[in-house]
Amino acid sequence: MIDLLAQADTAVDGLKAVGAGLGYGLAAIGPGVGIGLVVGNAITAMARQPESAGMVRTTMFLGIAFTEALALIGFVVFILLNFA
Amino acid sequence: MIQPLYGLHFPPIAELLEWPGILFDGSIIELNKVGLIYLWAMAAPLVLFVLAIRRSALVPKGVQTVAESSVDFVRENVVMQTIGPDGMRFMPFLMSLFFFIFFANITEVIPFIQFPANSRMAAPAVLAIIVWLVFNAVGIKSQGFFQYFKNTVIPPGVPGALLPLVAVIEFVSTFLVRPFSLAVRLFANMLAGHLLLVTFAVLTTALWTPGPLAAIVWAPFVVLIGLTGFEILVAFLQAFIFTILTAVYIGGALHPEH
Repeated sequence: MIDLLAQADTAVDGLKAVGAGLGYGLAAIGPGVGIGLVVGNAITAMARQPESAGMVRTTMFLGIAFTEALALIGFVVFILLNFA
Repeated sequence: MIQPLYGLHFPPIAELLEWPGILFDGSIIELNKVGLIYLWAMAAPLVLFVLAIRRSALVPKGVQTVAESSVDFVRENVVMQTIGPDGMRFMPFLMSLFFFIFFANITEVIPFIQFPANSRMAAPAVLAIIVWLVFNAVGIKSQGFFQYFKNTVIPPGVPGALLPLVAVIEFVSTFLVRPFSLAVRLFANMLAGHLLLVTFAVLTTALWTPGPLAAIVWAPFVVLIGLTGFEILVAFLQAFIFTILTAVYIGGALHPEH
């Protein structure tokens, strides 16, 4: 009986780790694509109009910051599941 | 926890983030490493600017160049791009935010300190709350309470049927998600960077053994050096992003969309 309980405990720990890993991995997909789009289009804009590079760069960092937030929340969930 | 790499001792996360008191141990003003880093982050910009202004000359050199170019940087890239010329009165606030965050972050790569104070949630959360209070106060002061609330929650040009949904989304994203994401962005970036550096430092020391592994022992060390450079960039970028988002929020409260 105690053996079984211990086994269930390890299984729960294992599932937690799997969930945390999957959670972070899934949370990173969208922002990865998103940041790629933001930076790619910013580079296109800078190449077309080098004189507006300053404005584009500022807006690009803003876009990255908003997009990246989702991945970072995924990372925080990972930390919480694994260590809290 | 199960150790996936046998023989490799990875320190538990509490060991990396929780520090014992150093000064005034046991009293109410007990300071640990994190607290001392915050004091340094407060004092370092102060010293920098006092030094810069004491030997100020028309043609700047030395410390004055650093101080003036940093002021210029925040003015041109943060204030002018987001708020406009009438945002210059927020310049001291934005400069303080930028320098405090930057100096609290940069300790991540300074030898023997090697801990970014912003990887503890406390200061990012307090800073985000301050920013939240400031941009709401600016909005209420410049537009009046109800006008500000209406302009924030109801964006112009939304069809009537969608209005309830959009209003709820705007309310949540402006008043609840903004401070949360501001704090989490800074905190999680610095924590992730710290864990990354620790991981490769641990790998470097663990693999530093003679034997068949000697062919690859240098690999994590090279990555560690590269990541250290990357973290300097991140420390700067996070301070910049926090400041520019603050400026965007203040600008949005100051000039509503029509």
